[in-house]
Amino acid sequence: MRSPVPRGRIREVRFASGLDRSELVVVDHRDLTGPNEVLLIEPDQPVLAADRVRHLHEPVLLLAHPSREALRRAVAAVEIVVDPEPPVLDFTVDPPPGGVQYGDDNVLKRLSIDKGDVETALAGAARIVEGEYRTGAQEHVYLENQGMVAWEEGDVLVVKGSLQCPYYVLKALGHALGRGPDRVRVVQAPTGGGFGGKEEYPSLVALHAALLARKAGRPVKLVYERGEDMEATTKRHPSLVRHRTGVDVEGRLLAQDIEVVLDGGAYVTLSPVVLSRAIIHAAGPYACDHVRIRGRAVFTNSPPYGAFRGFGAPQTIFANERHMDVVAAAVDLDPIELRRRNLIENGQSTATGQVIDDGTDRTALLDRAVELSGWHEKKAAHAELARRHPWRRRGMGLACFHHGAGFTGSGEVVLASRVDVAGLADGRIEVRSGNIEMGQGTLTVFTQIASEASGLAPSAIALAEPDTARVPNSGPTVASRTVMVVGRLIERAIEDLKARLGLPPDAGGDRFAEAIRAAHAERGEAPVGTATYQPPPGVEWDETTYRGDAYAAYAWAVYVAEVEVDLRTYTTRVVDFVALQEVGKVLNETLARGQIQGGVVQGIGWALMEDVVLEDGAMANAQLTNYIIPTSDDVPPIRVTFEETPYAHGARGAKGLGELPIDGPAPAVVNAVARATGTRPTTVPLTPERLMERLEEGRADVA
Amino acid sequence: MSPERGSYADPAVDYHVEIAFTLNGAEVRIRVDPAERLLDVLRYRLGLTGTKEGCAEGECGACTVWIDGLPVDSCLVPAVQARGREVVTIEAVDPMRLRPLLESGATQCGACTPGVVMTALWILDHPDLLETHTVRELMAGNLCRCTGYDGIVEGVLEALEATRDTEREPA
Amino acid sequence: MKVEAPATLDEALACLQAAPLVPLAGGTDLLVHWPGNLEAKAGHYVDLWALDELRGIRRDAEGLTLGALATYWDAIRDSRIREEFPILVQAARQVGAIQIQSRGTWAGNVVNASPAADGVPVLMALDAVVVLASASRRREVPLDAFYTGYRTTVRRADELVVAVRLPDRGNAVQTFVKVGSRRAQAIAKVGLALARSEAGWRVVAASVAPTVVRCRTVEAALDAGDAFAAPEDLLPLLREDVTPIDDLRSTARYREMVLARVLWHAIAEAA
Ligand SMILES: Cc1cc2nc3c(=O)[nH]c(=O)nc-3n(C[C@H](O)[C@H](O)[C@H](O)COP(=O)(O)OP(=O)(O)OC[C@H]3O[C@@H](n4cnc5c(N)ncnc54)[C@H](O)[C@@H]3O)c2cc1C
Ligand code: FES
Ligand code: FES
Repeated sequence: MRSPVPRGRIREVRFASGLDRSELVVVDHRDLTGPNEVLLIEPDQPVLAADRVRHLHEPVLLLAHPSREALRRAVAAVEIVVDPEPPVLDFTVDPPPGGVQYGDDNVLKRLSIDKGDVETALAGAARIVEGEYRTGAQEHVYLENQGMVAWEEGDVLVVKGSLQCPYYVLKALGHALGRGPDRVRVVQAPTGGGFGGKEEYPSLVALHAALLARKAGRPVKLVYERGEDMEATTKRHPSLVRHRTGVDVEGRLLAQDIEVVLDGGAYVTLSPVVLSRAIIHAAGPYACDHVRIRGRAVFTNSPPYGAFRGFGAPQTIFANERHMDVVAAAVDLDPIELRRRNLIENGQSTATGQVIDDGTDRTALLDRAVELSGWHEKKAAHAELARRHPWRRRGMGLACFHHGAGFTGSGEVVLASRVDVAGLADGRIEVRSGNIEMGQGTLTVFTQIASEASGLAPSAIALAEPDTARVPNSGPTVASRTVMVVGRLIERAIEDLKARLGLPPDAGGDRFAEAIRAAHAERGEAPVGTATYQPPPGVEWDETTYRGDAYAAYAWAVYVAEVEVDLRTYTTRVVDFVALQEVGKVLNETLARGQIQGGVVQGIGWALMEDVVLEDGAMANAQLTNYIIPTSDDVPPIRVTFEETPYAHGARGAKGLGELPIDGPAPAVVNAVARATGTRPTTVPLTPERLMERLEEGRADVA
Repeated sequence: MSPERGSYADPAVDYHVEIAFTLNGAEVRIRVDPAERLLDVLRYRLGLTGTKEGCAEGECGACTVWIDGLPVDSCLVPAVQARGREVVTIEAVDPMRLRPLLESGATQCGACTPGVVMTALWILDHPDLLETHTVRELMAGNLCRCTGYDGIVEGVLEALEATRDTEREPA
Repeated sequence: MKVEAPATLDEALACLQAAPLVPLAGGTDLLVHWPGNLEAKAGHYVDLWALDELRGIRRDAEGLTLGALATYWDAIRDSRIREEFPILVQAARQVGAIQIQSRGTWAGNVVNASPAADGVPVLMALDAVVVLASASRRREVPLDAFYTGYRTTVRRADELVVAVRLPDRGNAVQTFVKVGSRRAQAIAKVGLALARSEAGWRVVAASVAPTVVRCRTVEAALDAGDAFAAPEDLLPLLREDVTPIDDLRSTARYREMVLARVLWHAIAEAA
């Protein structure tokens, strides 16, 4: 049972008379046996609201019943009565008097990056180009809704469900239930999609299921229906980004002054780290000596925004890449040429001062993508179409971008992830990690990595079920870190196992299996190799000044979209899409291609149609019929190309690629619409309604 | 029949009816509550949990099964309407037929996959559909959030190609 | 919930005479969000799905008869309909996707009375007649006189729609344009069906009024041979005929503008 208003004081919970409560299990905040806090970054979010509610649909009361139908009747018979207070719903303006609900000013987190001297550089610029860009919330729409089963096994509370991070859930359960890690166990069930939506949110679902199971004294299954999943759970942070860019007459970037504002929603959850990734990617893959980035995540009375593939980067990359086209127009340069003049060369540095020297030739990537897309040939055809056809218009747009793999800065060091590899009695090995499969191919790629590192056949590799009672904490399955970071740990754990068995590192296959069997025979227990995260040499990061090596490695990409706009209906269709990226070594072509294609289509959805309509701060169009994601008929084949520069510190030379593809489609598509229509859209999703407004404004400008 | 008005949700009254239908080739006889959907009967009464529920509103296609040879959303079919019909679910699919789809990357998380497979195999069984329709149009009732659809579309096209090749070979 | 399962149309009509039951056809409207719909689950229904006499599409000298259980897929697979009434097939292909087309019926679309329906505008543009039957009588109502307001119709509680009939006449122009939020499986934000026969022009719009409507002011102007230089010139006439609103899916302004623009281009292309 959830809050009916965005802000207020809970007066009472009213049960209709005549409700049969005999088999009904009712849980509220008083049933917690630990602090009423969902453990994450800050302890501000309650497991169940006690006296105040801070967003619509905030959980207040839990009900369970053996019969689903009886439960539905019970839900209809319970009312949460709240005295409403005026909510704060606009993250782009200062809170009104009485609206401050976090700190002194409702700012959940502030972060900044400073490089060089922006004001002086701007003063000396030939042109200063300004722009303001906005992005809306995005709903994950994993096909499988949030769901969890909880039961007690003797003294141990077990929770099994759809989740990305078993150890996050474990810690949250232990904290709010006041139980040590030996009395809670979390098992991941094969998960039907996550995209970040099952990073932090499942802790809440698990807590709710656990509270009910404990009170009911029997197993409880808690599965969200689509509507509840859409209106109550996390989404991508809405953003506002302002750019002030100084360029010289040749279009070289002299200064980038960037302001990033994210809507954090009613609790801190992961907003500080989302903001961190957002600002680090805000200046793009360009070399500029003077950069100032000011970021803040702001409180509103909305359900908390949370992790979503890309984690803040798509918002700032949209702004930056859209802005680059605006800058190009201002200095009368071709957008490709403007980018070519500014892309980071090896030896140059990013906004945080990280010197890039990874051997990747970024201008070559740009040229190759442009060539693959047929950019120059198509331009002429598009001009011809515009002359000939009454309402069809076509255009091309591109985006250059990068995405840091793994946790930001010292995050991986703090995590100190561990992987174990055990030798089994029959000579096979078992990889034990807490990293999970949700469709991105973890099981396949881990098997592949372990097989290559051990010299054993794939059939001789077992992967332990992600069960906190059986696997060590190898960190969450997020941040494009699974293959690069955890895959590397698997390799090292296998090396360690070999060393423990007295084998040289290159001992493979049969000899390895034989040694494992012998060890079993001798000691009667499984030999175990282990590895804990070690940062690559030379990676340095200063958390207080935000200077240094923000990520150990970056993936680089250039995406090109061709769109057709129907001027009768202002509807945009993507007709061709080229996704070219350098992601280190590609370990499995089919899986990697699938990741890119899926991410691009998700990005196209965000760019054009996925519009979260907010009412009272929460999603009002919480049905799949009203929140539209692309179908197979809405997207063209996504043409994927990989360029490979092996990365020495990732498993088999791989860098992360899972999030990268969500970054580029929005700017590429919107730039293409801008070119097709001669307008300057600045907002995603660029729905037909918004494009119409833009075109009408444009017409008014001309008149 | 009972002509009285009012609510037919009295927990004390048993509204169940018995229905019989063919499920994956075998005769099934079962008492159902008329408020149950075919999806509920398959998953919760018959234990055929391969068919998934993604939305309960006919949008996602994860619940796709065949009734009398046509793909339908089982979340929109009252179980009583299965009476006398022939229902086929993902459980009846020969795993060997999934090969081209697996190889082309048609599945990632798998939540959409049972529904995708039911539509894809229906297309493969009726290749003449492609004289009027594209694979992309025919698959539009199966939302997939992972693959971006290329793996699915290619899998169907490759499987069609493979069947044509075997047909061409003399027996 | 209670469901009557008559074996014949007569039995079904007898059920309806005895009590105001809810007819159940393909269920693609009725069962949406079913699990949480306590009220619907407490209802009393009559299942039509087994009434084979209502199935199928027939062609005779007077025209085309869509049985009450004729589905979109039935029309899509019918090569004669594809030739003679192409907008029926165009509209049917844009209803949901195969899983909906295989179960959704034309009659269900008509009775459901959604202003955003896709089946209704093409039927209305072709001067469809709704055939209603009760235990005691049969009557025919032109589709453009079937709706009385938002989601209300002239159908009486004891009546079933048994068929939808289309007159046989040459339609020199048949155009259907659906503007949705995506190409497939979308609810219309604007719908337009345009037809021209010896009976004159028919301009039918969806999602711009409480019901699907004929734009009679525009029709009269077209019949009078008026020409329009630009889409905006249609707006004053359209404003007599439609009353679009803002909702979750779109805005009144968008609906009005886009209707004018697709209509203008459709007329231009028909000329
Ligand atoms: C995912 C999805 C997508 C959809 N997309 C579209 C779309 O693109 N365009 C569109 O127009 N519609 C769409 N619909 C709505 C629906 O599919 C159509 O309206 C369909 O034609 C309804 O037919 P049915 O037989 O399923 O109706 P049912 O749900 O069985 O009934 C609908 C209504 O009509 C009544 N009724 C049915 N038959 C009769 C009869 N013979 N006599 C009297 N009353 C009767 C019922 O009592 C009920 O009130 C969609 C629905 C879903 C779930
Ligand atoms: S669950 Fe049936 S279509 Fe989504
Ligand atoms: S594979 Fe995950 S939704 Fe299709």
